[in-house]
Amino acid sequence: MSIRFSFGGDEHIFAEVSEEMSLEAFFTSLSLTNAVRSADIRGVTEICPANASFQIKYDPDQIKSADLLRELQAMEAAASQRDATLKTRIMEIPVYYQDPWTHETLMRFRERHQDPKATDLEYAAAVNGLGSVEDFIAAHSSQPWFVSMVGFVAGLPFLYQMVERKRQLQVPKYLRPRTDTPKLTVGHGGCFSCIYSVRGAGGYQMFGITPMPIYDPNQQVSYLQDTMCLFRPGDIVKWRPINRNQYDAALEAVAENRFLPTIREASFSLADFNHDINGTNARLMEVLHGR
Amino acid sequence: MAVNVITPGLSTTVQDLGRPGYYHLGIPISGGMDRFALRAANMLVGNDEGAAVLEAVFLGPELEFTSAATVAITGGDLPPQLNGDPRATWEAFPVRPGDRLTFGYLASGARVYIAVSGGIDVPVKLGSRSTYTLGVLGGLEGRALKAGDTLALGAGGTGGGSIPAKLRRNPGNPAELRMLPGLYWHRLTLAAGKQFLADTWKVAPEADRIGYRFRGGRKVDFVPRTPPFGAGSDPSNIVDACYPYGSIQVPGGSEPIVLHRDAVSGGGYMMLGTVISADMDLIGQLQPHSPARFVEVGMDQALAARHDRQAALARLREHLKL
Repeated sequence: MSIRFSFGGDEHIFAEVSEEMSLEAFFTSLSLTNAVRSADIRGVTEICPANASFQIKYDPDQIKSADLLRELQAMEAAASQRDATLKTRIMEIPVYYQDPWTHETLMRFRERHQDPKATDLEYAAAVNGLGSVEDFIAAHSSQPWFVSMVGFVAGLPFLYQMVERKRQLQVPKYLRPRTDTPKLTVGHGGCFSCIYSVRGAGGYQMFGITPMPIYDPNQQVSYLQDTMCLFRPGDIVKWRPINRNQYDAALEAVAENRFLPTIREASFSLADFNHDINGTNARLMEVLHGR
Repeated sequence: MAVNVITPGLSTTVQDLGRPGYYHLGIPISGGMDRFALRAANMLVGNDEGAAVLEAVFLGPELEFTSAATVAITGGDLPPQLNGDPRATWEAFPVRPGDRLTFGYLASGARVYIAVSGGIDVPVKLGSRSTYTLGVLGGLEGRALKAGDTLALGAGGTGGGSIPAKLRRNPGNPAELRMLPGLYWHRLTLAAGKQFLADTWKVAPEADRIGYRFRGGRKVDFVPRTPPFGAGSDPSNIVDACYPYGSIQVPGGSEPIVLHRDAVSGGGYMMLGTVISADMDLIGQLQPHSPARFVEVGMDQALAARHDRQAALARLREHLKL
């Protein structure tokens, strides 16, 4: 994989690891950005890993653009993603699929959708050749997902499904973006799922909602007191479908600040995953459930 | 020592020089859109150049001072009045307890910076007082000002002086926004690249702190391709990536958007290049419907422009004997 570097004005270097999305491209991006962070290069002010690319912001008064580019290229040559092993976390995110709030919102924006007669989930099931919404929810929630990027808006995770490419769920984005999306909507566009951390515009299909805050600018939520944003690139997520009663109970726990998400330390090897996807995911589930 | 907000204006927010270091979490730098004007306003009232000020867009607020202070208003030409008497912009003036500051109609530019000696004292969040409204972070409760708000002030000196027109920076007419082609420029056909630079664009009504949208130029054509896995089917789609500040994205090929201080940190649209750092201030002073052109520069010219801007700031300090 040869990285394509390009300057974004006088303050950014943009690095495209691969035009197409893959776990290999994501791992290369993550390991290189980690290497840049450890190298502590003078003048580097922001290091942003993305799905299959990354971006470095720098102060050209402190380091010449050509010098920084040379350093990055040297790191690329030194990096090897063959033995990519990640010390990371696995966490369970409860999702109330087919909830009334995203349903109300998607009905308001039907004229911007490919299939105005179907709901987003019905459309997603159909374009993925799945017989029913229930089958689609099972496909969405049965296997874990990688947080391959955090961004767009504060703390929003992009999630990449940890299955063979032919099993990956793909759904086009809305024809024209909505001007509204409920906060904590679980959405999907292209091959990525996401959780909308704040209310606002969005183009991803809407599948459900989580009761669990993932961004807290006031740092009051018990598990967001050290960091405003829950997610970090490399986190592994497992969706857990919940019903209305479970959703309401979780919301009550959140309101009383006694909601505690299930989060466990985990390690992940890309080689092991590529060798045995089902076995790797099964072991991750054992870690999540503390067995 | 406080400022009472009588009427808030259209969208007046507390801003300083921003909150670097959290873009990887989707939290943008924020801060004044026209940082040259923001620094100048602080210089005039004797503050640190990065002290928090008020940024008002298109329509000014009405403010009441509860203590004596020095005030300066820079940026666009939104004529200030103190208790109904005209005051000059780009010039420090004293206020006394009970004085009211109001504004007339915008004559040119888009944003003004209202600096008060001592600076606006709201809580520091992640190293900055800047307001990021989309993330409900910083400033006053993470939002634009409302009638009835009270803003505390820090302890400050007096400042003084004025900045003559020849020492200020203004966008031309049409504004010439210098940009470095790159990022996904190669996705454009040769003709589309030339045409993008040749066309005169107009600022669209959808222009805010996140980004400025432009209309009126011709739609650009893309080099044909098979969509890469994960990118999406539109020729302007890419696998979601990071967006540089100032980057110019062209969703669907039709209306370019230049991301600004409250940028969304990433997304799935190709960017054809980036407005250079020296010209970001100028975008903050463009009104909807005003004409603009994108002018191609190389890295050496971008850095020369950066140094020119720094020299222009140094001339202000020299002029004010700071």
